[in-house]
Amino acid sequence: MSEHVVAVQPEPDMIQLLTPEGQRVDHPDYPLGLSDEDIAGLYRDLVLVRRIDTEAIALQRQGELGLWASLLGQEAAQIGAGRALRPHDMAFPTYREHGVAWCRGVDPLTLLGLFRGTNLGGWSPSEHNFNLYTIVIGAQTLHATGYAMGVVRDGAVGTGDPDRDTAVLAFFGDGASSQGDVNEAFVWAAAGNLPIVFLCQNNQWAISEPVERQSRVPLYQRSAGFGFPGMRVDGNDVLASYAVTRRALDDARNAQGPTLIEAFTYRMNPHTTNDDPRRYRLGSELETWKLRDPIERVRAYLSREAGYGSDYFAAIEDESKKLAEHVRAGCRALPDPTPQSLFDSVYVTMPAELRAQRDEFVEFVGSLEEASA
Amino acid sequence: MSASSVIGTSLTMAKALNEGLRKAMEDDPKVVMMGEDVGKLGGVFRITDGLQKDFGEDRVIDTPLAESGIVGTAVGLAIRGYRPVCEIQFDGFVFPAFDQIVSQVAKLHNRSAGQVKVPITIRIPYGGGIGAVEHHSESPEAYFAHTAGLKVVACADPSDAYWMVQQAIADDDPVIFLEPKRRYHAAKAEIAAAPTPLHQARVIRPGTAATLATYGATVSVALEAAEAAAADGTQLEVIDLRSVSPIDTETVVDSVRRTGRLLVTHEAPLSFGPAAEIAARVQEQAFYSLEAPVLRVTGYDTPYPPSRLENEWLPNLDRVLDGIDRLMSY
Ligand SMILES: Cc1ncc(C[n+]2csc(CCOP(=O)(O)OP(=O)(O)O)c2C)c(N)n1
Repeated sequence: MSEHVVAVQPEPDMIQLLTPEGQRVDHPDYPLGLSDEDIAGLYRDLVLVRRIDTEAIALQRQGELGLWASLLGQEAAQIGAGRALRPHDMAFPTYREHGVAWCRGVDPLTLLGLFRGTNLGGWSPSEHNFNLYTIVIGAQTLHATGYAMGVVRDGAVGTGDPDRDTAVLAFFGDGASSQGDVNEAFVWAAAGNLPIVFLCQNNQWAISEPVERQSRVPLYQRSAGFGFPGMRVDGNDVLASYAVTRRALDDARNAQGPTLIEAFTYRMNPHTTNDDPRRYRLGSELETWKLRDPIERVRAYLSREAGYGSDYFAAIEDESKKLAEHVRAGCRALPDPTPQSLFDSVYVTMPAELRAQRDEFVEFVGSLEEASA
Repeated sequence: MSASSVIGTSLTMAKALNEGLRKAMEDDPKVVMMGEDVGKLGGVFRITDGLQKDFGEDRVIDTPLAESGIVGTAVGLAIRGYRPVCEIQFDGFVFPAFDQIVSQVAKLHNRSAGQVKVPITIRIPYGGGIGAVEHHSESPEAYFAHTAGLKVVACADPSDAYWMVQQAIADDDPVIFLEPKRRYHAAKAEIAAAPTPLHQARVIRPGTAATLATYGATVSVALEAAEAAAADGTQLEVIDLRSVSPIDTETVVDSVRRTGRLLVTHEAPLSFGPAAEIAARVQEQAFYSLEAPVLRVTGYDTPYPPSRLENEWLPNLDRVLDGIDRLMSY
């Protein structure tokens, strides 16, 4: 089997605006249009979301979280895309988009309930225009597509009014690209010329399976067959990720239809805290990708080209420590759900038979407490 | 390790399944394994550990990430004469394959007027109690048991795991094979010299006061309950059903004729669950033996809860003993 599969190589035309060494490069189709101050802001985002991630992993090790899906290595793809969104745009994440959540203004503690086991997400998608995390691989790409259909029906594309025109950003992984749901989403988005951007973070691995298990062609080329453009961006370059996503979101808002962006990146940590990557990949691969670290290159740019000094970096380090404390203390303080909340929100209108089941349950739990008192 | 040598040895359920799969592959070159991460990784639970190394990439296939694809291509392989064993990574991820299972796998034999066999085994690590995030703790057996053409079985101990997985693979009908994941690394047990027929229930603890019937993940809970009840002078008969569809009604009815009382427990939600079917059959066939209504202790009619509440939701020891109390006080 395997000899028929062509390894997917990074394309020479991968869009990059900042080299791993921190050199700015221009791309004719993707003018950056950001000041050094804006870039410094992106740097802050990158550092802070990495810190959230580091803390969450530590909390998992201490038994405070049941599981964590780390974004290490994927910060630039997420921050670039997340910062390209406008407030009224809508994002549909997987379970790994902690960086996008950050950009949407979601308190990191909100994300922790799902991983701590105190709730199943529990946030309102409309509060920050950030949908619930979706664990079932690929399902959210169809939800995003349907949301985009609603946007069109509401007349919220192509009006030229920046406060009205709305785009939808759907995240998924390289593994997810094989799911029927994702391919159906492509079909619907193309057929309806919908205002949606599909952002595939190709982090090279779907748990133990390398991307070659999913595709013989680079993933960004998938969209061509469906009839909309696709491009590959250096997902470890926050500037390119930002510029490319902004352009695609603009096109969507301007009724130009869908785009597929493949953010070429690397999952530097295990798939989740349960995973042991030593069983399936070489440590040397990680070493190679460390040289393309998404944060180091921005720091190099800021200090070498933009005159940012140690004061700036120290201030961010300070802020990062405070954020870490917020995550640690906040996680431990997350309230446990009450037993009877098991029966909450199963239906909008609770059927009588379920209410009876709940009442029996409450009585039973009460009798146990009495017995042990 | 050659498979015959595991008989009489003590294994965990995870290792017993691994050995059973290995034996099935040795015995029949048409057996192929397919699923997400089943190759190099050996599956997220390591049930297929080492099989790709020993049998090659064309017999232990790391599939693209698509469950409908896994089961749908298994149908094609079956038509071509293969005997596919599909691994679904977690219970909650079988649903993208639901159409393939209930409309295609289940019906092909019937639609072909008996000319096509679909000897597919779909292995599903199922059930809760492992502190997982959502979609990783579900008990989907009722959906499949409700579908004609599918057989549904659940192993509860290492010896059954070893034998039943081989029987399921050798069966010419499609089998949904449920593996209680929280028992994978529980106590080791000896592998019996010979299997029990796949769809035969087994009395695993004799008793006289009442019958406690269950399968899969809750068998160990039932045994604990019987132990606790015995300390209070109530001798429970415990039945491991082993097969959810078909159900060995005879063994249950025989027992109820002797004890006069029945409690059925499973993790799957209450309404329309296997316990309801068993209750219906027992009242049809042993009505005059019953001294109490058949009771059910199961998961509640809610989605599987966040892990901090799973112990309350699951039919745990307290809940089963409470059920026994209610059953005995009739
Ligand atoms: C439908 C479904 N099948 C299987 C899984 C188990 N699973 C969780 S993550 C994952 C790999 C996903 O890989 P990819 O889409 O590349 O995203 P990544 O996790 O690398 O970000 C798998 C198989 C799942 N969550 N949903």
